[in-house]
Amino acid sequence: MLAFLARRLLTLALTAWLATLAVFAVLEAIPGDPALVMLGTGAQPEAVAALRHQMGLDRPWPLRYAGWVGGMLHGDFGTSLTYARPVAGLVADRLAITLPLAALALVLSAGIAVPLGLFAAGRQGRAGDWAVMAFGQMGIAVPGFWFAILLILLFSVRLGWFSAGGFPGWEAGAGPALKALLLPAVALALPEAAILARITRTAALDTLREEYVRTAVAKGLPRRVVLRCHVLPNALIPVATILGLQFSFLVAGAVVVENVFTLPGLGRLLYQAIGQHDLIVVQSVVVLLAVTVVAVNALVDIACAAIDPRPRVTA
Amino acid sequence: MTRLKRLPVSLLLGGLLTALVVGAALLSLVWTPFPAEQVRVVARLRPPGPVHWLGTDHFGRDALSMILVGARNSLAVGAAAVALGALLGVPLGLAASAWGRWGDEAVARLGDLLFAFPAVLTAILLTAALGAGAVNVVLALGLFNAAVFARVARGAALAVWRRDFVRAALALGRGPLSVTLVHVLPNIAGVVIVQGTVLFAVAVLNEAALSYLGLGIQPPSPSWGKMLGDAQTFLFTAPLQAIFPGAAIAVTVLGLNLLGDGLRDVLDPRHRSAGLL
Repeated sequence: MLAFLARRLLTLALTAWLATLAVFAVLEAIPGDPALVMLGTGAQPEAVAALRHQMGLDRPWPLRYAGWVGGMLHGDFGTSLTYARPVAGLVADRLAITLPLAALALVLSAGIAVPLGLFAAGRQGRAGDWAVMAFGQMGIAVPGFWFAILLILLFSVRLGWFSAGGFPGWEAGAGPALKALLLPAVALALPEAAILARITRTAALDTLREEYVRTAVAKGLPRRVVLRCHVLPNALIPVATILGLQFSFLVAGAVVVENVFTLPGLGRLLYQAIGQHDLIVVQSVVVLLAVTVVAVNALVDIACAAIDPRPRVTA
Repeated sequence: MTRLKRLPVSLLLGGLLTALVVGAALLSLVWTPFPAEQVRVVARLRPPGPVHWLGTDHFGRDALSMILVGARNSLAVGAAAVALGALLGVPLGLAASAWGRWGDEAVARLGDLLFAFPAVLTAILLTAALGAGAVNVVLALGLFNAAVFARVARGAALAVWRRDFVRAALALGRGPLSVTLVHVLPNIAGVVIVQGTVLFAVAVLNEAALSYLGLGIQPPSPSWGKMLGDAQTFLFTAPLQAIFPGAAIAVTVLGLNLLGDGLRDVLDPRHRSAGLL
Protein backbone atom coordinates (compact mmCIF):
# COMPACT_ATOMS: atom_id res chain seq x y z
CA MET A 1 0.00 0.00 0.00
CA LEU A 2 2.87 2.40 0.86
CA ALA A 3 4.51 1.92 -2.54
CA PHE A 4 1.17 2.52 -4.26
CA LEU A 5 0.63 5.66 -2.16
CA ALA A 6 4.11 7.00 -2.96
CA ARG A 7 3.69 6.30 -6.67
CA ARG A 8 0.28 7.94 -6.81
CA LEU A 9 1.46 11.04 -4.92
CA LEU A 10 4.49 11.34 -7.20
CA THR A 11 2.23 11.19 -10.28
CA LEU A 12 -0.01 13.79 -8.68
CA ALA A 13 2.92 16.17 -8.13
CA LEU A 14 4.23 15.58 -11.65
CA THR A 15 0.83 16.24 -13.26
CA ALA A 16 0.25 19.35 -11.15
CA TRP A 17 3.67 20.69 -12.18
CA LEU A 18 2.97 19.96 -15.86
CA ALA A 19 -0.38 21.74 -15.50
CA THR A 20 1.30 24.93 -14.24
CA LEU A 21 3.79 24.68 -17.11
CA ALA A 22 0.98 24.25 -19.68
CA VAL A 23 -1.02 27.23 -18.39
CA PHE A 24 2.11 29.38 -18.25
CA ALA A 25 3.07 28.37 -21.79
CA VAL A 26 -0.37 29.18 -23.22
CA LEU A 27 -0.38 32.66 -21.70
CA GLU A 28 3.24 33.19 -22.81
CA ALA A 29 2.03 32.54 -26.36
CA ILE A 30 -0.23 35.61 -26.31
CA PRO A 31 0.56 37.62 -29.40
CA GLY A 32 1.72 41.10 -28.34
CA ASP A 33 2.24 42.55 -24.88
CA PRO A 34 0.04 40.94 -22.17
CA ALA A 35 0.16 44.21 -20.16
CA LEU A 36 -1.21 46.07 -23.17
CA VAL A 37 -3.85 43.36 -23.70
CA MET A 38 -4.97 43.76 -20.07
CA LEU A 39 -5.04 47.56 -20.02
CA GLY A 40 -6.31 48.13 -23.55
CA THR A 41 -4.64 49.93 -26.43
CA GLY A 42 -5.57 53.38 -25.08
CA ALA A 43 -3.55 52.90 -21.88
CA GLN A 44 -0.86 55.34 -20.68
CA PRO A 45 2.66 54.06 -21.41
CA GLU A 46 3.58 54.60 -17.71
CA ALA A 47 0.64 52.43 -16.59
CA VAL A 48 1.66 49.72 -19.05
CA ALA A 49 5.27 49.89 -17.82
CA ALA A 50 4.11 49.70 -14.19
CA LEU A 51 1.93 46.67 -14.90
CA ARG A 52 4.74 45.04 -16.87
CA HIS A 53 6.91 45.42 -13.80
CA GLN A 54 4.18 44.16 -11.45
CA MET A 55 3.63 41.08 -13.64
CA GLY A 56 7.38 40.61 -13.92
CA LEU A 57 7.27 40.89 -17.71
CA ASP A 58 10.58 42.73 -17.60
CA ARG A 59 12.21 39.57 -16.26
CA PRO A 60 13.13 36.45 -18.29
CA TRP A 61 10.43 33.74 -18.36
CA PRO A 62 12.17 31.09 -16.21
CA LEU A 63 12.43 33.60 -13.34
CA ARG A 64 8.85 34.69 -13.88
CA TYR A 65 7.61 31.10 -13.89
CA ALA A 66 9.59 30.25 -10.77
CA GLY A 67 8.24 33.37 -9.03
CA TRP A 68 4.66 32.52 -10.00
CA VAL A 69 4.80 28.90 -8.88
CA GLY A 70 6.78 29.80 -5.75
CA GLY A 71 4.18 32.44 -4.88
CA MET A 72 1.32 29.97 -5.34
CA LEU A 73 3.02 27.46 -3.06
CA HIS A 74 2.98 30.19 -0.39
CA GLY A 75 -0.65 31.10 -1.08
CA ASP A 76 0.20 34.18 -3.14
CA PHE A 77 -1.73 33.99 -6.42
CA GLY A 78 -0.97 37.55 -7.52
CA THR A 79 -3.20 40.61 -7.48
CA SER A 80 -6.26 41.00 -9.67
CA LEU A 81 -6.13 44.02 -11.93
CA THR A 82 -9.91 44.49 -12.02
CA TYR A 83 -10.63 44.09 -8.33
CA ALA A 84 -7.27 45.45 -7.08
CA ARG A 85 -7.30 42.61 -4.53
CA PRO A 86 -5.16 39.54 -4.00
CA VAL A 87 -6.50 36.67 -6.13
CA ALA A 88 -6.31 34.31 -3.12
CA GLY A 89 -8.87 36.42 -1.22
CA LEU A 90 -11.12 36.67 -4.28
CA VAL A 91 -11.01 32.91 -4.77
CA ALA A 92 -11.76 32.30 -1.09
CA ASP A 93 -14.84 34.57 -1.30
CA ARG A 94 -16.11 32.85 -4.45
CA LEU A 95 -15.48 29.37 -3.06
CA ALA A 96 -18.04 30.17 -0.36
CA ILE A 97 -20.60 29.82 -3.18
CA THR A 98 -19.02 27.30 -5.54
CA LEU A 99 -18.11 24.71 -2.89
CA PRO A 100 -21.62 24.48 -1.35
CA LEU A 101 -23.05 24.44 -4.89
CA ALA A 102 -20.79 21.57 -5.96
CA ALA A 103 -21.40 19.69 -2.70
CA LEU A 104 -25.16 20.07 -3.05
CA ALA A 105 -25.00 18.90 -6.67
CA LEU A 106 -22.86 15.91 -5.69
CA VAL A 107 -25.22 14.89 -2.89
CA LEU A 108 -28.24 15.33 -5.17
CA SER A 109 -26.73 13.34 -8.02
CA ALA A 110 -25.56 10.47 -5.79
CA GLY A 111 -28.84 10.58 -3.87
CA ILE A 112 -30.83 10.22 -7.10
CA ALA A 113 -28.51 7.99 -9.10
CA VAL A 114 -27.52 5.26 -6.64
CA PRO A 115 -31.09 4.24 -5.66
CA LEU A 116 -32.19 4.51 -9.32
CA GLY A 117 -29.27 2.37 -10.51
CA LEU A 118 -29.94 -0.29 -7.85
CA PHE A 119 -33.67 -0.21 -8.65
CA ALA A 120 -32.94 -0.74 -12.37
CA ALA A 121 -30.46 -3.55 -11.71
CA GLY A 122 -33.00 -5.34 -9.53
CA ARG A 123 -35.50 -5.23 -12.42
CA GLN A 124 -33.21 -5.89 -15.37
CA GLY A 125 -35.07 -5.96 -18.69
CA ARG A 126 -38.37 -4.91 -17.15
CA ALA A 127 -40.27 -1.61 -17.47
CA GLY A 128 -38.59 -0.02 -14.43
CA ASP A 129 -35.15 -0.79 -15.86
CA TRP A 130 -36.10 0.72 -19.21
CA ALA A 131 -37.48 3.85 -17.56
CA VAL A 132 -34.27 4.40 -15.58
CA MET A 133 -32.11 3.80 -18.65
CA ALA A 134 -34.26 6.18 -20.71
CA PHE A 135 -33.76 8.76 -17.96
CA GLY A 136 -30.02 8.06 -18.26
CA GLN A 137 -29.96 8.63 -22.02
CA MET A 138 -32.04 11.80 -21.75
CA GLY A 139 -30.03 13.16 -18.84
CA ILE A 140 -26.80 12.76 -20.78
CA ALA A 141 -28.27 14.28 -23.96
CA VAL A 142 -29.85 17.35 -22.36
CA PRO A 143 -27.23 20.09 -21.95
CA GLY A 144 -26.95 21.21 -18.32
CA PHE A 145 -27.28 24.88 -19.17
CA TRP A 146 -30.46 24.27 -21.21
CA PHE A 147 -31.93 22.28 -18.34
CA ALA A 148 -31.00 25.25 -16.11
CA ILE A 149 -32.88 27.63 -18.43
CA LEU A 150 -35.89 25.27 -18.43
CA LEU A 151 -35.84 25.22 -14.61
CA ILE A 152 -35.83 29.03 -14.59
CA LEU A 153 -38.69 29.02 -17.11
CA LEU A 154 -40.80 26.70 -14.97
CA PHE A 155 -39.95 27.62 -11.38
CA SER A 156 -39.13 31.32 -11.76
CA VAL A 157 -41.07 32.62 -14.76
CA ARG A 158 -44.21 30.43 -14.58
CA LEU A 159 -44.55 29.48 -10.91
CA GLY A 160 -42.54 32.29 -9.31
CA TRP A 161 -41.20 29.97 -6.59
CA PHE A 162 -37.54 30.84 -7.04
CA SER A 163 -35.68 33.92 -8.26
CA ALA A 164 -34.28 33.62 -11.78
CA GLY A 165 -30.72 34.13 -10.58
CA GLY A 166 -28.39 35.98 -8.23
CA PHE A 167 -27.28 35.19 -4.70
CA PRO A 168 -28.41 36.98 -1.53
CA GLY A 169 -25.16 36.17 0.32
CA TRP A 170 -24.71 33.97 3.39
CA GLU A 171 -25.34 37.09 5.53
CA ALA A 172 -29.00 36.82 4.50
CA GLY A 173 -29.18 33.52 6.37
CA ALA A 174 -28.70 29.90 5.37
CA GLY A 175 -32.32 29.49 4.18
CA PRO A 176 -32.39 32.13 1.41
CA ALA A 177 -28.80 31.31 0.40
CA LEU A 178 -29.51 27.60 0.03
CA LYS A 179 -32.74 28.40 -1.81
CA ALA A 180 -30.72 30.41 -4.35
CA LEU A 181 -28.35 27.45 -4.78
CA LEU A 182 -31.04 24.78 -5.15
CA LEU A 183 -32.02 25.24 -8.83
CA PRO A 184 -28.37 25.60 -9.97
CA ALA A 185 -27.48 22.46 -8.00
CA VAL A 186 -30.34 20.52 -9.61
CA ALA A 187 -29.19 21.69 -13.06
CA LEU A 188 -25.63 20.68 -12.26
CA ALA A 189 -26.70 17.33 -10.79
CA LEU A 190 -28.85 16.07 -13.70
CA PRO A 191 -26.13 15.07 -16.18
CA GLU A 192 -24.01 13.65 -13.34
CA ALA A 193 -26.97 11.67 -12.00
CA ALA A 194 -27.74 10.29 -15.47
CA ILE A 195 -24.21 8.96 -15.96
CA LEU A 196 -23.97 7.74 -12.38
CA ALA A 197 -27.29 5.87 -12.56
CA ARG A 198 -26.02 3.93 -15.59
CA ILE A 199 -22.70 3.15 -13.87
CA THR A 200 -24.44 2.08 -10.65
CA ARG A 201 -26.77 -0.19 -12.64
CA THR A 202 -23.87 -1.82 -14.50
CA ALA A 203 -21.81 -2.21 -11.32
CA ALA A 204 -24.80 -3.66 -9.45
CA LEU A 205 -25.52 -6.10 -12.31
CA ASP A 206 -21.89 -7.25 -12.23
CA THR A 207 -22.11 -7.76 -8.47
CA LEU A 208 -25.43 -9.59 -8.78
CA ARG A 209 -23.65 -12.26 -10.84
CA GLU A 210 -21.14 -12.92 -8.03
CA GLU A 211 -21.39 -16.20 -6.17
CA TYR A 212 -21.71 -14.63 -2.72
CA VAL A 213 -24.88 -12.87 -3.91
CA ARG A 214 -26.25 -16.16 -5.22
CA THR A 215 -25.45 -17.68 -1.84
CA ALA A 216 -27.22 -14.86 -0.03
CA VAL A 217 -30.31 -15.33 -2.19
CA ALA A 218 -30.14 -19.11 -1.80
CA LYS A 219 -30.06 -18.91 1.98
CA GLY A 220 -33.35 -17.03 1.79
CA LEU A 221 -32.41 -13.40 2.50
CA PRO A 222 -35.04 -10.92 1.34
CA ARG A 223 -34.20 -9.10 -1.92
CA ARG A 224 -33.96 -5.73 -0.20
CA VAL A 225 -31.39 -7.02 2.27
CA VAL A 226 -29.33 -8.64 -0.51
CA LEU A 227 -29.31 -5.41 -2.49
CA ARG A 228 -28.46 -3.24 0.51
CA CYS A 229 -25.97 -5.43 2.36
CA HIS A 230 -24.24 -7.39 -0.41
CA VAL A 231 -24.71 -5.59 -3.72
CA LEU A 232 -24.52 -1.93 -2.71
CA PRO A 233 -21.18 -1.95 -0.81
CA ASN A 234 -19.43 -3.82 -3.64
CA ALA A 235 -21.01 -1.79 -6.41
CA LEU A 236 -19.90 1.42 -4.72
CA ILE A 237 -16.24 1.08 -5.73
CA PRO A 238 -16.71 1.76 -9.47
CA VAL A 239 -19.33 4.35 -8.53
CA ALA A 240 -16.81 6.19 -6.33
CA THR A 241 -14.20 6.08 -9.09
CA ILE A 242 -16.62 7.57 -11.60
CA LEU A 243 -17.76 10.14 -9.05
CA GLY A 244 -14.12 11.25 -8.79
CA LEU A 245 -13.68 11.37 -12.57
CA GLN A 246 -16.89 13.37 -12.82
CA PHE A 247 -15.45 16.03 -10.58
CA SER A 248 -13.87 17.63 -13.64
CA PHE A 249 -17.28 17.71 -15.36
CA LEU A 250 -18.67 19.26 -12.20
CA VAL A 251 -16.02 21.99 -12.38
CA ALA A 252 -16.78 22.66 -16.05
CA GLY A 253 -20.52 22.50 -15.38
CA ALA A 254 -20.21 24.96 -12.50
CA VAL A 255 -18.54 27.52 -14.80
CA VAL A 256 -21.52 27.37 -17.15
CA VAL A 257 -24.35 26.96 -14.61
CA GLU A 258 -23.07 29.79 -12.41
CA ASN A 259 -23.31 32.02 -15.45
CA VAL A 260 -26.86 30.89 -16.24
CA PHE A 261 -27.95 31.83 -12.71
CA THR A 262 -25.51 34.80 -12.37
CA LEU A 263 -24.14 33.24 -9.18
CA PRO A 264 -20.99 35.09 -8.09
CA GLY A 265 -18.94 31.88 -7.71
CA LEU A 266 -15.53 30.81 -8.96
CA GLY A 267 -16.83 29.95 -12.44
CA ARG A 268 -18.37 33.37 -12.89
CA LEU A 269 -15.15 35.00 -11.62
CA LEU A 270 -13.21 33.09 -14.24
CA TYR A 271 -15.69 33.93 -17.00
CA GLN A 272 -15.76 37.61 -16.15
CA ALA A 273 -11.97 37.71 -15.94
CA ILE A 274 -11.82 36.86 -19.65
CA GLY A 275 -14.03 39.81 -20.56
CA GLN A 276 -11.96 42.03 -18.28
CA HIS A 277 -8.67 40.73 -19.74
CA ASP A 278 -7.62 39.96 -16.16
CA LEU A 279 -5.01 37.38 -17.13
CA ILE A 280 -3.67 37.06 -13.58
CA VAL A 281 -7.06 35.83 -12.37
CA VAL A 282 -7.52 33.52 -15.42
CA GLN A 283 -4.06 31.99 -14.98
CA SER A 284 -4.37 31.38 -11.25
CA VAL A 285 -7.96 30.12 -11.21
CA VAL A 286 -7.40 27.75 -14.16
CA VAL A 287 -4.33 26.25 -12.46
CA LEU A 288 -6.18 26.00 -9.17
CA LEU A 289 -9.09 24.17 -10.79
CA ALA A 290 -6.83 21.86 -12.83
CA VAL A 291 -4.74 20.94 -9.77
CA THR A 292 -7.92 20.34 -7.76
CA VAL A 293 -9.19 17.97 -10.48
CA VAL A 294 -5.88 16.06 -10.42
CA ALA A 295 -5.83 15.95 -6.62
CA VAL A 296 -9.42 14.71 -6.36
CA ASN A 297 -8.71 11.93 -8.86
CA ALA A 298 -5.62 10.90 -6.90
CA LEU A 299 -7.58 10.92 -3.63
CA VAL A 300 -10.30 8.76 -5.19
CA ASP A 301 -7.67 6.31 -6.45
CA ILE A 302 -6.12 6.11 -3.01
CA ALA A 303 -9.50 5.77 -1.30
CA CYS A 304 -10.49 2.97 -3.69
CA ALA A 305 -7.19 1.21 -3.11
CA ALA A 306 -7.76 1.48 0.64
CA ILE A 307 -11.21 -0.14 0.30
CA ASP A 308 -10.37 -2.68 -2.38
CA PRO A 309 -6.93 -4.28 -2.66
CA ARG A 310 -7.29 -5.28 -6.35
CA PRO A 311 -6.13 -2.00 -8.01
CA ARG A 312 -3.09 -1.96 -5.68
CA VAL A 313 -2.01 -5.35 -6.90
CA THR A 314 -2.48 -4.56 -10.60
CA ALA A 315 -0.70 -1.21 -10.23
CA MET B 1 -35.39 -7.03 -43.89
CA THR B 2 -34.47 -9.83 -41.52
CA ARG B 3 -30.93 -8.46 -41.39
CA LEU B 4 -32.35 -5.04 -40.53
CA LYS B 5 -34.43 -6.61 -37.76
CA ARG B 6 -31.34 -8.18 -36.26
CA LEU B 7 -29.63 -4.78 -35.82
CA PRO B 8 -29.82 -3.25 -32.33
CA VAL B 9 -32.72 -0.82 -31.82
CA SER B 10 -30.27 1.78 -30.51
CA LEU B 11 -28.33 1.64 -33.79
CA LEU B 12 -31.47 2.16 -35.87
CA LEU B 13 -32.92 4.91 -33.68
CA GLY B 14 -29.54 6.63 -33.25
CA GLY B 15 -28.86 6.39 -36.97
CA LEU B 16 -32.29 7.85 -37.73
CA LEU B 17 -31.88 10.81 -35.36
CA THR B 18 -28.33 11.48 -36.58
CA ALA B 19 -29.48 11.27 -40.20
CA LEU B 20 -32.21 13.80 -39.37
CA VAL B 21 -29.67 16.29 -37.99
CA VAL B 22 -27.18 15.69 -40.80
CA GLY B 23 -30.06 16.11 -43.27
CA ALA B 24 -31.00 19.44 -41.65
CA ALA B 25 -27.39 20.59 -41.86
CA LEU B 26 -27.15 19.60 -45.53
CA LEU B 27 -30.52 21.19 -46.30
CA SER B 28 -29.30 24.49 -44.86
CA LEU B 29 -26.59 24.53 -47.56
CA VAL B 30 -29.21 24.84 -50.29
CA TRP B 31 -32.37 26.08 -48.58
CA THR B 32 -33.57 27.84 -45.44
CA PRO B 33 -37.02 29.46 -45.07
CA PHE B 34 -35.30 32.85 -44.63
CA PRO B 35 -31.65 33.90 -44.79
CA ALA B 36 -30.43 32.86 -41.32
CA GLU B 37 -28.64 36.14 -40.65
CA GLN B 38 -31.41 38.42 -41.99
CA VAL B 39 -32.35 41.00 -39.33
CA ARG B 40 -35.97 42.27 -39.40
CA VAL B 41 -36.60 44.28 -36.25
CA VAL B 42 -40.28 44.76 -37.13
CA ALA B 43 -40.76 41.00 -36.83
CA ARG B 44 -38.86 40.54 -33.55
CA LEU B 45 -39.84 37.91 -30.94
CA ARG B 46 -42.74 36.52 -33.00
CA PRO B 47 -44.30 33.32 -31.67
CA PRO B 48 -44.39 30.28 -33.98
CA GLY B 49 -46.84 30.85 -36.86
CA PRO B 50 -47.46 30.18 -40.55
CA VAL B 51 -44.71 32.56 -41.74
CA HIS B 52 -42.06 31.84 -39.12
CA TRP B 53 -42.72 28.22 -38.17
CA LEU B 54 -40.62 28.40 -35.01
CA GLY B 55 -40.96 32.16 -34.43
CA THR B 56 -38.23 34.81 -34.49
CA ASP B 57 -35.53 36.01 -32.11
CA HIS B 58 -34.94 39.50 -30.68
CA PHE B 59 -33.46 40.68 -33.99
CA GLY B 60 -36.39 39.29 -35.97
CA ARG B 61 -34.25 36.46 -37.38
CA ASP B 62 -36.14 33.30 -38.34
CA ALA B 63 -35.56 30.67 -35.63
CA LEU B 64 -36.00 27.65 -37.93
CA SER B 65 -33.45 28.99 -40.41
CA MET B 66 -31.01 29.66 -37.58
CA ILE B 67 -31.52 26.15 -36.17
CA LEU B 68 -30.86 24.60 -39.60
CA VAL B 69 -27.65 26.59 -40.09
CA GLY B 70 -26.82 25.97 -36.42
CA ALA B 71 -26.91 22.22 -37.13
CA ARG B 72 -24.26 22.74 -39.79
CA ASN B 73 -22.04 24.80 -37.47
CA SER B 74 -22.47 22.43 -34.57
CA LEU B 75 -21.70 19.31 -36.63
CA ALA B 76 -18.73 21.03 -38.30
CA VAL B 77 -17.14 21.94 -34.94
CA GLY B 78 -17.91 18.47 -33.55
CA ALA B 79 -16.46 16.69 -36.58
CA ALA B 80 -13.35 18.86 -36.58
CA ALA B 81 -12.80 18.28 -32.84
CA VAL B 82 -13.17 14.51 -33.26
CA ALA B 83 -10.91 14.47 -36.33
CA LEU B 84 -8.23 16.48 -34.53
CA GLY B 85 -8.49 14.25 -31.47
CA ALA B 86 -8.24 11.07 -33.55
CA LEU B 87 -5.35 12.36 -35.66
CA LEU B 88 -3.35 13.26 -32.56
CA GLY B 89 -4.55 10.58 -30.15
CA VAL B 90 -4.69 7.37 -32.21
CA PRO B 91 -1.06 7.52 -33.44
CA LEU B 92 0.01 8.38 -29.88
CA GLY B 93 -1.87 5.42 -28.45
CA LEU B 94 -0.50 3.10 -31.14
CA ALA B 95 3.04 4.33 -30.51
CA ALA B 96 2.64 3.82 -26.77
CA SER B 97 1.47 0.26 -27.29
CA ALA B 98 4.41 -0.48 -29.60
CA TRP B 99 7.14 1.21 -27.56
CA GLY B 100 6.60 -0.63 -24.34
CA ARG B 101 7.08 0.74 -20.88
CA TRP B 102 8.48 4.21 -21.47
CA GLY B 103 6.10 5.07 -24.28
CA ASP B 104 3.28 3.81 -22.12
CA GLU B 105 4.36 5.91 -19.19
CA ALA B 106 4.70 9.05 -21.33
CA VAL B 107 1.23 8.64 -22.85
CA ALA B 108 -0.30 7.93 -19.45
CA ARG B 109 1.21 11.12 -17.98
CA LEU B 110 0.15 13.19 -21.00
CA GLY B 111 -3.35 11.77 -20.59
CA ASP B 112 -3.36 12.73 -16.88
CA LEU B 113 -2.35 16.26 -17.85
CA LEU B 114 -5.00 16.67 -20.54
CA PHE B 115 -7.69 15.17 -18.28
CA ALA B 116 -6.83 17.81 -15.66
CA PHE B 117 -8.24 20.43 -18.00
CA PRO B 118 -11.94 19.93 -18.74
CA ALA B 119 -12.62 21.19 -22.29
CA VAL B 120 -14.46 24.25 -20.96
CA LEU B 121 -11.41 25.21 -18.89
CA THR B 122 -9.02 24.79 -21.85
CA ALA B 123 -11.34 26.82 -24.04
CA ILE B 124 -11.44 29.61 -21.43
CA LEU B 125 -7.65 29.60 -21.24
CA LEU B 126 -7.27 29.66 -25.03
CA THR B 127 -9.90 32.40 -25.33
CA ALA B 128 -8.06 34.48 -22.75
CA ALA B 129 -4.86 34.08 -24.74
CA LEU B 130 -6.05 34.12 -28.34
CA GLY B 131 -9.61 35.53 -28.32
CA ALA B 132 -12.98 33.81 -28.76
CA GLY B 133 -13.86 31.77 -31.82
CA ALA B 134 -14.75 28.39 -33.28
CA VAL B 135 -11.09 27.53 -34.00
CA ASN B 136 -10.18 27.73 -30.31
CA VAL B 137 -13.16 25.58 -29.42
CA VAL B 138 -12.02 22.94 -31.92
CA LEU B 139 -8.51 23.13 -30.47
CA ALA B 140 -9.70 22.83 -26.86
CA LEU B 141 -12.13 19.98 -27.57
CA GLY B 142 -9.64 18.29 -29.90
CA LEU B 143 -6.90 18.23 -27.25
CA PHE B 144 -9.24 16.67 -24.71
CA ASN B 145 -10.41 14.15 -27.31
CA ALA B 146 -6.80 13.32 -28.16
CA ALA B 147 -6.22 12.18 -24.59
CA VAL B 148 -9.29 9.92 -24.71
CA PHE B 149 -8.40 8.51 -28.15
CA ALA B 150 -4.81 7.83 -27.02
CA ARG B 151 -6.01 5.85 -23.99
CA VAL B 152 -8.62 3.88 -25.91
CA ALA B 153 -6.30 3.15 -28.86
CA ARG B 154 -3.51 2.09 -26.52
CA GLY B 155 -5.74 -0.26 -24.55
CA ALA B 156 -7.20 -1.86 -27.67
CA ALA B 157 -3.82 -2.07 -29.41
CA LEU B 158 -2.14 -3.78 -26.45
CA ALA B 159 -4.71 -6.58 -26.73
CA VAL B 160 -4.02 -6.96 -30.47
CA TRP B 161 -0.24 -7.11 -29.93
CA ARG B 162 -0.75 -10.25 -27.83
CA ARG B 163 -2.63 -12.04 -30.64
CA ASP B 164 -1.00 -14.93 -32.49
CA PHE B 165 -1.21 -13.43 -35.98
CA VAL B 166 0.73 -10.37 -34.76
CA ARG B 167 3.39 -12.60 -33.22
CA ALA B 168 3.53 -14.53 -36.45
CA ALA B 169 3.99 -11.32 -38.45
CA LEU B 170 6.79 -10.24 -36.10
CA ALA B 171 8.41 -13.67 -36.39
CA LEU B 172 8.30 -13.35 -40.17
CA GLY B 173 10.47 -10.26 -39.79
CA ARG B 174 7.93 -7.48 -40.16
CA GLY B 175 8.91 -4.27 -38.37
CA PRO B 176 6.80 -2.67 -35.63
CA LEU B 177 5.59 0.12 -37.94
CA SER B 178 4.45 -2.30 -40.62
CA VAL B 179 2.71 -4.54 -38.05
CA THR B 180 1.01 -1.51 -36.53
CA LEU B 181 -0.32 -0.31 -39.88
CA VAL B 182 -1.24 -3.66 -41.41
CA HIS B 183 -2.46 -5.64 -38.39
CA VAL B 184 -3.03 -3.46 -35.32
CA LEU B 185 -4.76 -0.42 -36.82
CA PRO B 186 -7.46 -2.32 -38.76
CA ASN B 187 -8.23 -4.36 -35.64
CA ILE B 188 -8.75 -1.37 -33.38
CA ALA B 189 -10.73 0.64 -35.96
CA GLY B 190 -14.09 -0.48 -34.54
CA VAL B 191 -13.27 0.66 -31.01
CA VAL B 192 -11.95 3.98 -32.33
CA ILE B 193 -15.11 4.58 -34.40
CA VAL B 194 -17.36 3.87 -31.41
CA GLN B 195 -15.30 6.22 -29.25
CA GLY B 196 -15.40 8.84 -32.00
CA THR B 197 -19.21 8.77 -32.05
CA VAL B 198 -19.42 9.25 -28.30
CA LEU B 199 -16.83 12.05 -28.35
CA PHE B 200 -18.75 13.69 -31.21
CA ALA B 201 -21.77 13.92 -28.90
CA VAL B 202 -19.64 15.35 -26.09
CA ALA B 203 -18.14 17.89 -28.51
CA VAL B 204 -21.62 19.04 -29.61
CA LEU B 205 -22.59 19.52 -25.95
CA ASN B 206 -19.40 21.41 -25.12
CA GLU B 207 -19.57 23.59 -28.23
CA ALA B 208 -23.11 24.57 -27.28
CA ALA B 209 -22.05 25.43 -23.72
CA LEU B 210 -19.10 27.50 -24.94
CA SER B 211 -21.20 29.31 -27.55
CA TYR B 212 -23.79 29.98 -24.83
CA LEU B 213 -21.01 31.69 -22.85
CA GLY B 214 -20.03 33.65 -25.97
CA LEU B 215 -16.69 31.83 -26.26
CA GLY B 216 -17.60 29.59 -29.21
CA ILE B 217 -19.02 30.29 -32.65
CA GLN B 218 -19.20 34.06 -33.03
CA PRO B 219 -22.21 36.03 -34.24
CA PRO B 220 -23.64 36.67 -36.77
CA SER B 221 -23.07 32.98 -37.56
CA PRO B 222 -25.92 31.15 -35.77
CA SER B 223 -25.21 28.55 -33.11
CA TRP B 224 -27.61 26.66 -30.88
CA GLY B 225 -25.77 27.65 -27.70
CA LYS B 226 -25.78 31.36 -28.56
CA MET B 227 -29.47 31.18 -29.49
CA LEU B 228 -30.20 29.83 -26.00
CA GLY B 229 -28.06 32.56 -24.43
CA ASP B 230 -30.06 35.23 -26.31
CA ALA B 231 -33.38 33.55 -25.54
CA GLN B 232 -32.66 33.57 -21.81
CA THR B 233 -32.86 37.38 -21.82
CA PHE B 234 -36.40 37.21 -23.23
CA LEU B 235 -37.77 34.32 -21.17
CA PHE B 236 -40.76 36.38 -20.05
CA THR B 237 -41.77 37.60 -23.52
CA ALA B 238 -40.73 34.74 -25.82
CA PRO B 239 -40.29 31.57 -23.72
CA LEU B 240 -40.55 29.21 -26.71
CA GLN B 241 -37.31 30.58 -28.18
CA ALA B 242 -35.56 28.90 -25.24
CA ILE B 243 -37.06 25.51 -26.18
CA PHE B 244 -36.26 24.79 -29.84
CA PRO B 245 -32.44 25.19 -29.94
CA GLY B 246 -32.11 23.15 -26.74
CA ALA B 247 -34.27 20.40 -28.20
CA ALA B 248 -32.04 20.43 -31.31
CA ILE B 249 -28.95 19.89 -29.14
CA ALA B 250 -30.64 17.14 -27.14
CA VAL B 251 -31.82 15.30 -30.29
CA THR B 252 -28.33 15.49 -31.82
CA VAL B 253 -26.58 14.24 -28.69
CA LEU B 254 -29.17 11.53 -28.07
CA GLY B 255 -28.84 10.36 -31.69
CA LEU B 256 -25.04 10.21 -31.56
CA ASN B 257 -24.99 8.45 -28.18
CA LEU B 258 -27.51 5.83 -29.29
CA LEU B 259 -25.57 5.39 -32.53
CA GLY B 260 -22.39 4.88 -30.48
CA ASP B 261 -24.11 2.32 -28.23
CA GLY B 262 -25.50 0.50 -31.28
CA LEU B 263 -22.17 0.48 -33.09
CA ARG B 264 -20.52 -0.90 -29.95
CA ASP B 265 -23.03 -3.73 -29.88
CA VAL B 266 -22.37 -4.55 -33.53
CA LEU B 267 -18.59 -4.08 -33.55
CA ASP B 268 -17.75 -5.30 -30.06
CA PRO B 269 -20.16 -8.05 -28.92
CA ARG B 270 -18.47 -8.30 -25.51
CA HIS B 271 -20.11 -5.00 -24.52
CA ARG B 272 -23.61 -5.92 -25.65
CA SER B 273 -26.03 -3.63 -23.81
CA ALA B 274 -29.62 -4.36 -22.82
CA GLY B 275 -31.80 -3.76 -25.88
CA LEU B 276 -32.35 -0.12 -26.71
CA LEU B 277 -30.31 1.25 -23.85
